[in-house]
Amino acid sequence: MSLTEQQIERYSRQIILKEVGGPGQEKLLASKVLIVGAGGLGSPAALYLAAAGVGTLGIIDYDNVDLTNLQRQVIHNTSDVGREKVASAAEKIKAINPDVTVQTYRERAAAANIREIIKKHDFVLDGTDNFPSKFLINDVCYFEKVPFSHAGILRFDGQMITVLPGQTACYRCVFDKPPPAGLVPSCSQAGVLGPLAGVIGCLQATEVLKYLLGVGELLTDRLLIFDGLGLQFREVKVTRNPDCRLCGQEPSITELADEEQAACDLKASQ
Amino acid sequence: MKLIINGKDVETDEAHTVTELLKEQKVKWPDMVSVELNGTILKRETFASTGLNEGDKVEFLYFMGGGRESD
Ligand SMILES: [Zn+2]
Repeated sequence: MSLTEQQIERYSRQIILKEVGGPGQEKLLASKVLIVGAGGLGSPAALYLAAAGVGTLGIIDYDNVDLTNLQRQVIHNTSDVGREKVASAAEKIKAINPDVTVQTYRERAAAANIREIIKKHDFVLDGTDNFPSKFLINDVCYFEKVPFSHAGILRFDGQMITVLPGQTACYRCVFDKPPPAGLVPSCSQAGVLGPLAGVIGCLQATEVLKYLLGVGELLTDRLLIFDGLGLQFREVKVTRNPDCRLCGQEPSITELADEEQAACDLKASQ
Repeated sequence: MKLIINGKDVETDEAHTVTELLKEQKVKWPDMVSVELNGTILKRETFASTGLNEGDKVEFLYFMGGGRESD
């Protein structure tokens, strides 16, 4: 694939970076990235990845746009309230950059469907808000050996880590299994400052581009913890855990399953 | 005893094990926290039997959800 004049102009500010260049831009245009959840984290990530010219963006989300989403899910407009999130997101992406092919999946991420979707992609960006989904993405990506960016936000805080399955610490190496239902507050219960989603979602997009371009140092084996109130980033070194039930020495998880979640928790985190 | 908890110097009183430290530091939901001691994630079953030493680096790591959400 060679770049058109228009593409060279559109992407000139990143093509000029020696880490990108023409070949890097062609790589991005040939890449497929899956964004799970067109919400707080997925919105800014999708906008920037579209603008950067990632050639194929897959978006999974089952929900419709709600008025309470607009405070931070910046890919959706007021006029989108009630629409499918995937349709709303796809429209914005195409408007920003017609180079991008958008594939939408209006589905819940579940063991039954997500494996087939994930394996079609080069990288997965976890923008989900609930723990069963986060563990599921971790497990599928491990089985399919697809790298991914994990992130979470709550109140004024965020944290994230990039996982190269089988090579670097996975989410289960740090957090063994989903927390008991109802114990962890969700954003709807505890609140979240909108720009936090932007900060962390944009960092995730940065990791995606770095991975696709093969440049820099990924956020692997390090958990990044962002404290918005103190405006501080902190890093905690993590290593592959030999006791990890997924990627450890004697794994007990050998096939994909949905993590159980009690009804009350399901309601809070859907 | 002086420990480094989540990057900060903390003087502890009575805590000699991870379980006691979680209590002393008033960690709200100890079942919800992953604990890393000097770079190694501890198994939950060993919290009570894992002793602490002067200067240990302890990280309390919390679950964080967020992102996509609807009500
Ligand atoms: Zn692991």
